[in-house]
Amino acid sequence: MIAELGLGALWLAAALALLQLVLSALGLGKGRAELLSGVRPVAVAQAVLIALSFGSLITLFLRSDMSVLLVAMNSHSAKPWLYKFAGTWGNHEGSMLLWVTVMGLAGALVALLERTLKRETHMATLGAQAAISLGFYAFLLFASNPFARLNPAAPDGQGLNPLLQDPGLAFHPPTLYLGYVGLSVAFSFAVGALLTRTVDASFARAMRPWVLGAWVLLTIGITAGSYWAYYELGWGGWWFWDPVENASLMPWLAATALLHSVTVLATRDALRAWTIMLAVVAFSMSMVGTFLVRSGILTSVHAFAVDPERGTFILGLLAIYIGGALALFGLRVGTVREGRQFEAMSRETLLVVNNLLLTVILGVVLVGTLYPLMTEAFGHKVSVGPPYFNAVAGPIALVLMLAMVAGPLTRWRRDVPRVVGGRMLWPTGLMLGTASALAVAAWGRIGVLPFLGLVVAVGVALGSLIPLTKRNLRRTPLFTYGMVLAHLGCAVSLGGMAAESAFTAEKLVAMQPGESVEAAGWRVRFDKVMPLAGPNWVAMQADMAVSRGGDETFLHPQNRFFSDPPTNTTESAILTTWRGQLYIVLGDRLEDGRWQMRIWWKPFVTLIWLGGFMIAAGGVLTLIGRERRGWMLKVRKIRAGEWA
Amino acid sequence: MKSKHQRLILALAALVAIIAAGLLAASALKDEAAYFYVPNDVKTKGVEPGKAVRLGGMVEKGSLRHEADGVTIRFTVTDGKAQVAVTFKGIAPDLFREGSGVVAEGAFDTQGTFVASNLLAKHDERYMPREMEGMQYDETTHQMKGAPKP
Repeated sequence: MIAELGLGALWLAAALALLQLVLSALGLGKGRAELLSGVRPVAVAQAVLIALSFGSLITLFLRSDMSVLLVAMNSHSAKPWLYKFAGTWGNHEGSMLLWVTVMGLAGALVALLERTLKRETHMATLGAQAAISLGFYAFLLFASNPFARLNPAAPDGQGLNPLLQDPGLAFHPPTLYLGYVGLSVAFSFAVGALLTRTVDASFARAMRPWVLGAWVLLTIGITAGSYWAYYELGWGGWWFWDPVENASLMPWLAATALLHSVTVLATRDALRAWTIMLAVVAFSMSMVGTFLVRSGILTSVHAFAVDPERGTFILGLLAIYIGGALALFGLRVGTVREGRQFEAMSRETLLVVNNLLLTVILGVVLVGTLYPLMTEAFGHKVSVGPPYFNAVAGPIALVLMLAMVAGPLTRWRRDVPRVVGGRMLWPTGLMLGTASALAVAAWGRIGVLPFLGLVVAVGVALGSLIPLTKRNLRRTPLFTYGMVLAHLGCAVSLGGMAAESAFTAEKLVAMQPGESVEAAGWRVRFDKVMPLAGPNWVAMQADMAVSRGGDETFLHPQNRFFSDPPTNTTESAILTTWRGQLYIVLGDRLEDGRWQMRIWWKPFVTLIWLGGFMIAAGGVLTLIGRERRGWMLKVRKIRAGEWA
Repeated sequence: MKSKHQRLILALAALVAIIAAGLLAASALKDEAAYFYVPNDVKTKGVEPGKAVRLGGMVEKGSLRHEADGVTIRFTVTDGKAQVAVTFKGIAPDLFREGSGVVAEGAFDTQGTFVASNLLAKHDERYMPREMEGMQYDETTHQMKGAPKP
């Protein structure tokens, strides 16, 4: 019964999305303005129905209703409840339903909360939103029905891929999806503004919180996903330049560019067409990301189910959306009047540099990710990995980081190059000093890119704090703190990346129980291996005693075996100290009774994710700061009105 | 940039950035993209030592040897027509075993041995390296069926 309820709600929600599109199109196009008053209630009703549909699917998973095909294929009655719950979106159909659910809820929020936009622009935005949702509804209803029944019902279910049985799964994909959907809302705003010819600063102020929110969520999603892959895959790496990772990185790069250009538009009313274009690109990238992940068209360490037919459907949607958006942009960009001008030496110019460099990195990542697909069409099987991405994207990213120091130190509209240079004096000096010290200490032992990374990280860390000097810290607006924190986070993260690649020490050994080994100043003693049983797995667990001069700490790396479906996973054991992480992986048992051990000492590796979360926290501060200021201004206006 | 053509300059800058990205990517891909080979290609076409490639095939039955250090393995990858000797230092993936499919990432040394830096084995029931799709090892004839065409 629940499955039918869910499917019914899904159909109704789809019908309401169509109604929402028709009402706003007729209301705006035919001049029948009375129809527009129906758009907002319909958007809210659609959200309620789609939430009901998704709730039904969650209920089916929690109850392990094996008469539903999707549950039987992806769940198992013996799983812990958290993974039954998270399993709802740990599969293709469920994750697409999550997509439209989030989209529907975002639509309701835009309908209810948005007050600054002109009415026509607001309605056009909701219409665009409905048009995007419709494609996904069609995809769900015609190509991936999550509520299909299985007759007869399965006894137990096939189970969820054990790699996905991790608390990370419960939060990682929804966070990314929220980010993607946020970008789709930003895109809808852009379409609405283009259609009603209202591309200006007030439109940018309405769009900015959505861009900021989406960007924060993408940042959190990528950071958490990176840490998840780091400890779950047991390969010691934190970024593999895998297509699925790139699929989340590309929208983030576009969103980062958009975030900066929308600020220029909101503050200075410049870069109008540019910002619209970036909104189109950011949404396109989130669609490309969805396509890459959902179609399984590219080999990936994270891709599980492969279905080319669905890929074709999403590719069709992708072509319609991106093609439509670009066509609309091409037709209407002429009506966007040129924004205010700025001098060559100004913060605007540096933000344009930021945008251009981010676009170049985005292009390089996109080409590298799609290249294997292109060559396969010509019969060559090729893979593109870290050597390409690091060599090309790395240096550009470092230049971008330098521009990041200069940007906040430059005035809007016009500044004097010599003065800006003067403000850059301290960071520049610090970078030169660090470079010389590092060259003396470690010349020839670390690669060029990690070397430059460490130098730039130190300079950016100092430079990002300069905007807080020579001003009253208590009267500094919250969004300035947000920017400083986010930029500092970039430096922290870069420092972690560079330190990890420059100074990681690795030891690969086979040990008898009772033996000890030295690794990067750590003494690692291997005591024994014991079997262990979990709720739906059995494992071999090693007892390791590690010490660095002082007391011993115990670590327990495992090899787990899951029976449904039959799979082995490696559970690494990690000891975190303020100086870095000791990372131990248990390998196979050899015939002579020895066990393979892989031990890494990764100095300051935790800074990578700490920096990521600082960037996200900076975004949150900015969001609160901007919204609060807008609210305060409104309150002041109302009071002034009352007193006048 | 006080000229009336600021917008044009911006549009040109964007165009230049995109073209630069494309050129940069194309030139780097020429050096860094790793081509996929099966042992027979290696025999017929040859692969330059030191060039990063991916080697795919089956782990030949009875070829797997452990070195004394316990963490280096040697084995032979076959596609039924030719063999390549492979050495790998590390922890092999859980589903890596004789008679099953493998994709090795690495490069040839000057002696013609493939030094793998990473091994990808069939991951679980539903995931396998894309190059290995449709490959099966025939137990009786020791031949691979459905070997990929490069």
